[in-house]
Amino acid sequence: MESNEQIKINRILDDYNYDPALVIAIMQEVQKDYRYLPEELLCYIARQLKISEAKVYGVATFYENFSLDPKGKYLIKICDGTACHVRKSIPILEEFRKQLKLSEAKPTTDDMLFTVETVSCLGACGLAPVCTVNDKVYPAMTPVKARDLIEKLKEEAHANQ
Amino acid sequence: MRINSREELELRRGEFKASLDSQSKQILICAGTGCVAGGSLDIYEKLKELMEENDIACSVVLEKEPHDTIGLKKSGCHGFCEMGPLLRIEPMGWLYIKVKVEDCEEIIKKSILGNEVIDRLVYQDKESRSYQKQDEIPFYRQQTRVALEHCGHINAESIKEYIAVGGYHAASKALFDMTPEQIVNEISDSSLRGRGGGGFPTGRKWGQVLKQDEESRYVVCNGDEGDPGAFMDRSMMEGDPHRVIEGMLIAAIATKAHNGYIYVRAEYPLAVSRLEIAIQKATERGLLGKNILGSGFDFDLKISQGAGAFVCGEGSALTSSIEGNRGMPRVKPPRTVEQGLFGKPTVLNNVETFCNVPPIINNGAQWYKTMGPKNNHGTKAFALTGNVNNTGLIEVPMGTTLREVIFDIGGGVKGGEFKAVQIGGPSGGCLCLNAEENHLDLAMDFDSLKKVGAMIGSGGLVVMNDQSCMVEVARFFMDFTQNESCGKCIPCREGTRRMLELLTDITSGRGTMEHIELLEDLADTISETALCGLGKTAASPVISTLKYFRDEYIAHVVDKKCLAGECKALLSIIIDPDLCKGCSKCARMCPVDAIHGEIKKPFTIDQSKCIKCGTCLDGCKFNAIIQA
Repeated sequence: MESNEQIKINRILDDYNYDPALVIAIMQEVQKDYRYLPEELLCYIARQLKISEAKVYGVATFYENFSLDPKGKYLIKICDGTACHVRKSIPILEEFRKQLKLSEAKPTTDDMLFTVETVSCLGACGLAPVCTVNDKVYPAMTPVKARDLIEKLKEEAHANQ
Repeated sequence: MRINSREELELRRGEFKASLDSQSKQILICAGTGCVAGGSLDIYEKLKELMEENDIACSVVLEKEPHDTIGLKKSGCHGFCEMGPLLRIEPMGWLYIKVKVEDCEEIIKKSILGNEVIDRLVYQDKESRSYQKQDEIPFYRQQTRVALEHCGHINAESIKEYIAVGGYHAASKALFDMTPEQIVNEISDSSLRGRGGGGFPTGRKWGQVLKQDEESRYVVCNGDEGDPGAFMDRSMMEGDPHRVIEGMLIAAIATKAHNGYIYVRAEYPLAVSRLEIAIQKATERGLLGKNILGSGFDFDLKISQGAGAFVCGEGSALTSSIEGNRGMPRVKPPRTVEQGLFGKPTVLNNVETFCNVPPIINNGAQWYKTMGPKNNHGTKAFALTGNVNNTGLIEVPMGTTLREVIFDIGGGVKGGEFKAVQIGGPSGGCLCLNAEENHLDLAMDFDSLKKVGAMIGSGGLVVMNDQSCMVEVARFFMDFTQNESCGKCIPCREGTRRMLELLTDITSGRGTMEHIELLEDLADTISETALCGLGKTAASPVISTLKYFRDEYIAHVVDKKCLAGECKALLSIIIDPDLCKGCSKCARMCPVDAIHGEIKKPFTIDQSKCIKCGTCLDGCKFNAIIQA
C-alpha cells in the first residue's frame, strides 16, 4: 500500500477512534473515496482495528452498499421498489443494459464508465419510476429518456477527457 | 445560546414565536426527497435571488428580533408528491403545484408583492374545480395530521421554529412534572402501538425496560425503513427531525436511559443530514447532552447509518448492525427489552411511534383515544403509491376505510380499474374487491387487517390496477425477500429461493398445478419455522394472492394465459389479417426477423422466433398487431 493511501486511511480511522463497533461507518468513508473497497485496504483496516480479516470481510460482503469490485464513473441505479415496479421500471433497466451491452452478470462497462444496478426503493415513489446517476435523481423515467440520458452522459465524459 | 431551565425555554419560545409571527408572509418550499428531485432547491435559490434583486426584506433564518420580512424556507415533505415541486404561501395557505423556476418572477410579483393568487399554479381536480388553499384540497381535507403535524409547515433545519410551534414542551413536562412511571402509564393509557409493523403496545415495552435491574439502558430509533414503497419515516426524519429527537428524549426519561441511537438506512442521505443538524442544534441549546434544561438528566444521541440490508429493520439484526457486525437476527428470548444493544435493556421503537409521543404527553392519553377504534387508537401515516392519481404521504385516523384513502384522498386509480392494494410491503398481503370479498370498505387498523390476512406493516400502500398481474406481484416480493434473506436459517435461505423458482416457472409458462400445491406447502413450512419476522412473513404475499387471486394462478398454469397481460412469456403477438395492409414496416422493424409475408398481403409472425419485444406493436400504423 502506498504511504499516502495509508495516511488517508489512518485519518479515517482516527476520526472513528479505532473503534471496531464503527467498522461499518469506517468502510463507508473508505468507499466514498475509492468507490469500492479494495481488498488490501480491508486487511489493513482489520489489523488496525485489531479484529480478524474474516470479520471485516464478513461485514463488507453482508451489506448491499459495499462493493469489492470497482465501479464505473457513472453509477446508474434503477429503483425497483414496488411503486416503481408497478409503474414499469424493468423496461427502463433493460434499455440501460441494452444501450451499454451490460447484463446482471456484467454490471460495469469495460471502459469503467458505467455501472448499472437496481436498488430496492429510494423513497421517491411519487416520481416513479426513478433512477439515480451518482445520487442525482431522475424522475418519471421511460426507456426513451434512458437512451437520451446515456447519450448525454457519454458526451459529458467525452468532453471531460 | 444554551437554555438552562424550563422557564428559560418558555421565554425563548415566546421570542421565537414573536419573530415567526412578525413575518408578514412566508414561502415554504417543499425540500423533501421527492420535490428536491423535481428541482425545488433551484426554485428556492431563484426566489432568494429575485427578492434580493427587488430589495424585498427576506429572512431565510428566523431573526432574533421581530421585524417585518418575508420568510423563505425549505420545509419537509408537504405530502402531495405527485404534484411536486410544491410551494405554499402563508398565512393565506395558498398551495402552488408543479412549480418551475420560470414561475418564480410571477410568484414574487403577484403573490408576494401583491396579494393575488396565480390561478394556473393552483390544484385543479378532474372536474376542473380549482382549489386555492391547501386545506380545501380533497387530498388534505380528509387527513388528520398528528405525527406529521409540523412536516411541511416549519423550516426543517430550524430548532427555533420547532420551539416556536411548541417543541420540547412535552420533554420539559416529562422532565419536571412526571416520574418515569407516570410517563409509562400515560403512554400505556393512550394505547399507542408500535407503528413499525408489529403493533406492540409502546407503554408496555417501556415499562419492561424501566423495571430491568441493569442500570445502563439504550433508546434506539428504527429508521431503517426498508419496505419498498414506503417513505413515511423518511419524511418525518427529513421534515421534523426535532420531533423524533423529542420523542426519543421522553422515552429516555421514562426508562432512565442516557444513550440513544437513530439507525437510518443508507438510501436516505437527506434524512441523515437533517438529523445531524438537529442533534447538533439540540445539543448546543442544552436539549440533548449533559444536564438537560438544568434538570440533571443526561441523554446523548448518535446516528448510526445502515449499509443496505432490509433485515436490519428487525430488532436484533438492527442492534447487531449498530455494534458493527453482520446484521443478522438472533433467537429470542432474551428479547430486546432485556438484552438489546450491547447486551443492555433497550427501547426500540420506530420513527413514527416516537413522533406520536410528544403530543400524547402534551395533550394526555384521553385526547389520543378520541381518534381511532378501541385498542387501535390514534392515526397512521401511509405512503400512497403505485397506480393511484395522487401519490403521496398521508395521515388518517386508524379505522379509515381503504375506499376513503384511495378514492377520496388518492383521487382514484390511475390507468385502469381498481384491482388490489398491497399493504405492509414484503411481509404484508393484498386487499381486493371481488364477488366474495369487499376490502374497500374494511377499516384499516391493526386488528381488522389481521383478520383478513394482511397487516398495516410500516404503512406502504401500493395501489394496483387491472394491468397488474398478481402472480407477478407475488414473484416480485419473493425476489425481494430472497435477495434480502440474511442466510442464517435454512427455511428462509433455501425456502424463499425454491418459492421464487416456482413462481418464476409459473410466470414463464412452465408451471403446473403441482407448482401451486408445492408453493402452499413451502409457504406453510417457512412461516412455521423461520427464525425472524422477515422469514416468518416472507410467504405472506404468496399466501394472500393465492387466497384472493387463485384464478390468476390457475390461468397461468392451465390455460398458459396471463389475464393482466403482464407476463411476457405467456403472451403471443399476432397480426390481424383483416387489418394488415401488407406494408412490411413491422417485418423491417423486427429485431429477430420473425415477421414475413408478401407486400400488400397480410403478414404473419413466426411464434417460435418472436421474443415478444413489442417493437412491431408500437410501429404499426393500422393497429393490426395485437397482443393476445
